[in-house]
Amino acid sequence: MKKGHLLALLLVVTTVVLILIGTKWPVPSAAAYAGGGGLLRSSSTPELAAASLGDEIRARAWQKAYAGLANRAQFSEQEFVHDITGYYPSLRTYATLEGFEVVPLHESADDAEIRVKLHWSTVVGANVSTRDLHMIRNGDHWEAEWPIVREAIVPPQVIAVNYLRWDVIYRGPGDDWGIQDVEAPHVRIVDMHPVERAEGVVIVGELLNEDVVPAYVSVTATLLSKSQTPIATEGSFDKISHLLLPKQVTPFLIEFPKVTLSEVGSVRMVPVSSLIAASADPVIEIEGQQLNPAPGASLTGHLINQSGQVVNVAHVLGTFYDKGGQVVWVADEYIDQALLPQTPVSFEIHIPQDLAGKISSQRTVVATYSSGGSQ
Amino acid sequence: MRARWALFLGGLVVAMSHHGFAAGEKMSLPKTIEAGSPFSIQTPGSGKAALFIVGTGQVLKRDVQLGQTVFFAAGSLYNAGHYLAVLEGDSFAEAESLDVVPASKPANLSFLAKPSRLPVGLHAGITGAVYVFDAYHNLISEPMPLSFELLSPTGTVQKRIVSTRYGAAWTEMDSTAQQGMDTFLARAGEISSTRVVGQVPGDPCGLKMNAEESGQQIHLITDPVRDCNGNAVPDGTIITFTATYNGSQSTIDEPLKHGIAQVTISAPNGAMLSVASGVVMGNQIRWEK
Repeated sequence: MKKGHLLALLLVVTTVVLILIGTKWPVPSAAAYAGGGGLLRSSSTPELAAASLGDEIRARAWQKAYAGLANRAQFSEQEFVHDITGYYPSLRTYATLEGFEVVPLHESADDAEIRVKLHWSTVVGANVSTRDLHMIRNGDHWEAEWPIVREAIVPPQVIAVNYLRWDVIYRGPGDDWGIQDVEAPHVRIVDMHPVERAEGVVIVGELLNEDVVPAYVSVTATLLSKSQTPIATEGSFDKISHLLLPKQVTPFLIEFPKVTLSEVGSVRMVPVSSLIAASADPVIEIEGQQLNPAPGASLTGHLINQSGQVVNVAHVLGTFYDKGGQVVWVADEYIDQALLPQTPVSFEIHIPQDLAGKISSQRTVVATYSSGGSQ
Repeated sequence: MRARWALFLGGLVVAMSHHGFAAGEKMSLPKTIEAGSPFSIQTPGSGKAALFIVGTGQVLKRDVQLGQTVFFAAGSLYNAGHYLAVLEGDSFAEAESLDVVPASKPANLSFLAKPSRLPVGLHAGITGAVYVFDAYHNLISEPMPLSFELLSPTGTVQKRIVSTRYGAAWTEMDSTAQQGMDTFLARAGEISSTRVVGQVPGDPCGLKMNAEESGQQIHLITDPVRDCNGNAVPDGTIITFTATYNGSQSTIDEPLKHGIAQVTISAPNGAMLSVASGVVMGNQIRWEK
């Protein structure tokens, strides 16, 4: 009994001592997150000054970050915040900065160039953005010049939108047996190809909505062994454009981690489609699509929202073909900023180095989401 | 419920071993009746008794004066199946079997037509299946002729006469070359049931676009988009315009509006312009100002 009391007393005393230590000598990042202590990183070198700015952005200490910028007179704090979090609701608005990398590019006695890679955590996964900072010496410390990207100004105008919208009336619960429901959209897999990768088997392909109504689609694949027993079943998840308008084609990619192609005897594909209310608006032009060779193979281009409404989230899917026209890879990228009407936004989809040499053509599609409606 | 009926019938069977009818005296009842039709049972002997008619899902009870005829009005027995008629007195019981068969006259058709929407010009693309029921929802298992008719919007009719088998019949029809709503009719006697089948245009055929200069850009516009049977492809169908130049490519997925699709696209002199819809390719134009 006495031992129990002693142990409890020891735990209480230890806890109090640790609290006192943490309060008196806090870890810099913890102090920053707590909001009261400020960031304790020095700005005595360009790298440390850039890292300090990164800490402040991560802690969303906007006032402190803005106050430390060398070129703050050129823009307001609100513009600075909007440049980082987005002027309109987008993936970035709801993202948190998980970490950052500081890469020195050039340094002299009074100025330096620093590249900061910001690793964001978004609802659709990790997202990396890069900013090149010009650092200048100010007395005994360094300050960053923030490369502000101002809000795109859309000139006042009226954009007439007269695209179709499809609505669906389904059968009621009281209808008799034999009363037919509205037919589900007819979709067809027009290409499918298994690819062996280091992380497992990947099924890539394309799905066509061959109907005259919009379809909500997904694809499920089951790998069967040579004895026709199932090995694994996986779905396309978000590696597909789920909404297909009539005669629209989407690529899909299904991953089977830790499976080798030699184990697979056959693949059972199940395309799933259901009717969905949809709109043919917005239309997105994909301009200047360019296949960039290895090293750093990628597909780059610009998205231009041709409609009048703001697109909050855009998902770009690239389908890559070999010389024979067969799909060899599918890759995607979420755009972390909103698409304003008539305003180009660039994208870059990375292509695995080992596949880049096989690719001779590509096709790009965009799935979009707008608050208050979706496509 | 089943256990109770088993107990009841078991009791009746035990009781039957004590019946007091004279030899050869039995209930007189039809072996088979149509569901819902009136019928009568002639009881033997004299005195009072109770008459039970027991079947799946239906039980009738009558207090009867033995030696008289018991009448059952139309609609008394309506569920098709095998029934047991049991006459029970104070010291006797007698049982006879009775079959209720579906009425020969169809009163209701359950008609399943698939699909409700399909492209034009598809051989055996439409399937119709029918189950024939009488007025009391008994499946009519006796064969009967059933006609299927598919009326297209242009007035052409496809007709099939099929005999039902075990209460069901089915057929296949071709979708016609014209888009529109077909009326699919199944008829048995005077009863009919109708479904609507939408025939929609097929893939675009001979997709063709034209290009003209529009300021610094190129205005691309398709001819009215039709399928191979001349039906206008519906608005909303995606038409993909592509401009390729020197390894760079621009694409726009544009929905058809009023039968045509048009976009304004940026492309330099010498660019290759192409148009497609789904897996169907259209023409290509090399852009020269």
